[in-house]
Amino acid sequence: MSSEIPAPDTPETNAAPPTASTPRAKTTGLHVGDAAPGVAKVDPIIVADGVRRTFGGLTAVDVDHLEIPRGAITALIGPNGAGKTTLFNLLTGFDRPNEGSWTFDGKSLSGVPAFKVARMGQVRTFQLTKALGLLTVLENMKLGATGQRGERFWQSLIPAMWRKQDTELETRAMELLTKFKLDAKAGDFAASLSGGQRKLLEMARALMSDPKLVMLDEPMAGVNPALTQSLLEHILDLKEEGMTVLFVEHDMHMVRHIADWVVVMAEGRVVAEGDPYSVMQDPAVIDAYLGAHQELDLGVVTGRVPAPEGAESSASAEALEDLLEEIQAEQAADEEETK
Amino acid sequence: MDWLQILSNTGAAILAPTTIAYALAALGLAVHFGFAGLLNMGVAGFMALGAYGYAISILTFGLPWWAGALIGLGAAAIFALILGIPTLRLRGDYLAIVTIAAAEVLRLLFLTTTFDEVTGSADGLSGYHGSFRESNPIPDGTYGFGPWTYNENDWWVRIIGLITLAVATFFVWRIIHSPWGRVLKGIREDEDAVRALGKNVFSYKMQALVLGGVLIAAGGVVYALPSAVNPGIYVTSLTFFVWTGLLLGGAATVFGPLLGSLLYWIVFTFLGNVLPALAQSGILPITGIQAGTLRYILIGVALMLLVIFRPQGILGNKKELTFVK
Ligand SMILES: Nc1ncnc2c1ncn2[C@@H]1O[C@H](COP(=O)(O)OP(=O)(O)OP(=O)(O)O)[C@@H](O)[C@H]1O
Ligand SMILES: [Mg+2]
Repeated sequence: MSSEIPAPDTPETNAAPPTASTPRAKTTGLHVGDAAPGVAKVDPIIVADGVRRTFGGLTAVDVDHLEIPRGAITALIGPNGAGKTTLFNLLTGFDRPNEGSWTFDGKSLSGVPAFKVARMGQVRTFQLTKALGLLTVLENMKLGATGQRGERFWQSLIPAMWRKQDTELETRAMELLTKFKLDAKAGDFAASLSGGQRKLLEMARALMSDPKLVMLDEPMAGVNPALTQSLLEHILDLKEEGMTVLFVEHDMHMVRHIADWVVVMAEGRVVAEGDPYSVMQDPAVIDAYLGAHQELDLGVVTGRVPAPEGAESSASAEALEDLLEEIQAEQAADEEETK
Repeated sequence: MDWLQILSNTGAAILAPTTIAYALAALGLAVHFGFAGLLNMGVAGFMALGAYGYAISILTFGLPWWAGALIGLGAAAIFALILGIPTLRLRGDYLAIVTIAAAEVLRLLFLTTTFDEVTGSADGLSGYHGSFRESNPIPDGTYGFGPWTYNENDWWVRIIGLITLAVATFFVWRIIHSPWGRVLKGIREDEDAVRALGKNVFSYKMQALVLGGVLIAAGGVVYALPSAVNPGIYVTSLTFFVWTGLLLGGAATVFGPLLGSLLYWIVFTFLGNVLPALAQSGILPITGIQAGTLRYILIGVALMLLVIFRPQGILGNKKELTFVK
């Protein structure tokens, strides 16, 4: 793993993808006090309190307190069915919680409909991609921009009112499409794109609105490794431009590579929080997600079920050790680079 | 068989007020279904509101014809709002159920004897064309050639109908090829995606429902312009005829509904003339009455074949199949 990252003094070979530039510094000092579930952040962009959502008897989300740091990249990880997507839906107004309140940028979002949330600068993508199939790729992109004069009923009838704005949007859209390697497809129906290309389009489209917070639900699922590399760079660029990113991802390498902060969910609860390295060494996370303790009931991790006797000893200690070694090796390599 | 007569009758269908009325209704339905993805199965109800709104305004309230027409359109707009508020938040199929039921309720309200003085119940309404004919600038006389020979009143109806159609078509073309139309098409594809981009989906769907409803009602007004309002016209089969015209031309196009309605009426009139003639001359082994019904069967078969083999219609983009998702 560590061999993939070039040593600081070795010049980059031509074969290396142009995006594999020097690793960028992680944002640190995000939290106040010890990194525990629900820890306060220095400058939170989202603050959620007591957000609970049940589906019949199933509690999909039950978050006591959660703060998402501004200007950083936060990863939301957790096993399948942990409630990550449901939490996304709640935070973006696509679903209503049974109880709880949350704020974005200091403004309460409880009961605010999804489209208003998006207008406030909090845009999201979907786990199941939603490309608008029978619109062209370029039309998809233009749709992403907010505050378009031509989208008002009467004004749309007078092209002079919106033509100039539309041309500007087109230029911006083409720039973004070029970044995401979709410029050649601009005139095609989005339905003709491949699954991975649709993911890219959806992300690019979300960026058309100049959001403050971008929420990506598994942005890398189905994207090939080379493009993943450049996408990671795009996400890091977003941070540099001052945006906050919250993303759900199952690929731990990606999480480790770009996340400044990691929130771990299991069975609807936040079970751990912290910077990527410490979170991945947290036994609770390894139990709940990374999977060294595969035979341990998830309920034990979340505290719902008392630990059965001898559960700890039955854990596959070898796998755990392997992972920790890998993390430590990478940490060492990274420290070397940042010197 | 009198082929000349058959062809002449068929040709006359091209400029018939009914054809223009269908074209307007199909255009409105294109806004609903083709561009916004709204399944309106209550076309007949919207047309009835246009027609009755027009006739009642003149007969009961003594308004001039143009005010009557505006009231007909306004009634349809209110009807659209009432239907939209509860249903537009639900999945598309519910709108179909609600519109078909609401259209039927309207028809029965117009048909019941309770409001006989206003609606004329089963007799419908007539004798309201005074104001419209007074406004006619064409001097008395007969104009035109061949199958398109009409007197000044018939021409006036057609001219007003065609002007309305032209204005409506331009309006729809303009608004569909604008960012507003882009949002609408996006909603047709995936509401949630558009919502996530900060658009008020409910409001757009409502705007589309009202705009389409007003256009359909304009079709109803044009239908009523020449002579009478007959409650037997505004039945559910009217809805399906307009749908046939729309799908024939291409649901997600602006000019498709016009072409489709025109072709529909040409074929329908031709069959209506040729089938009884064939029956009479013994070529078809059926009676004249049966021949009259046969064309409805053929139209139904045509609609099915159309949806199966060419869902995008004549003018539609092959890739833009609104039925294939
Ligand atoms: N609409 C729904 N109705 C009923 N149950 C639901 C619904 N949506 C989610 N759930 C349940 O809520 C739980 C959390 O689901 P969610 O989609 O949030 O998981 P996730 O963390 O995103 O998982 P994954 O990593 O697989 O995407 C699951 O147990 C799921 O079955
Ligand atoms: Mg999910």
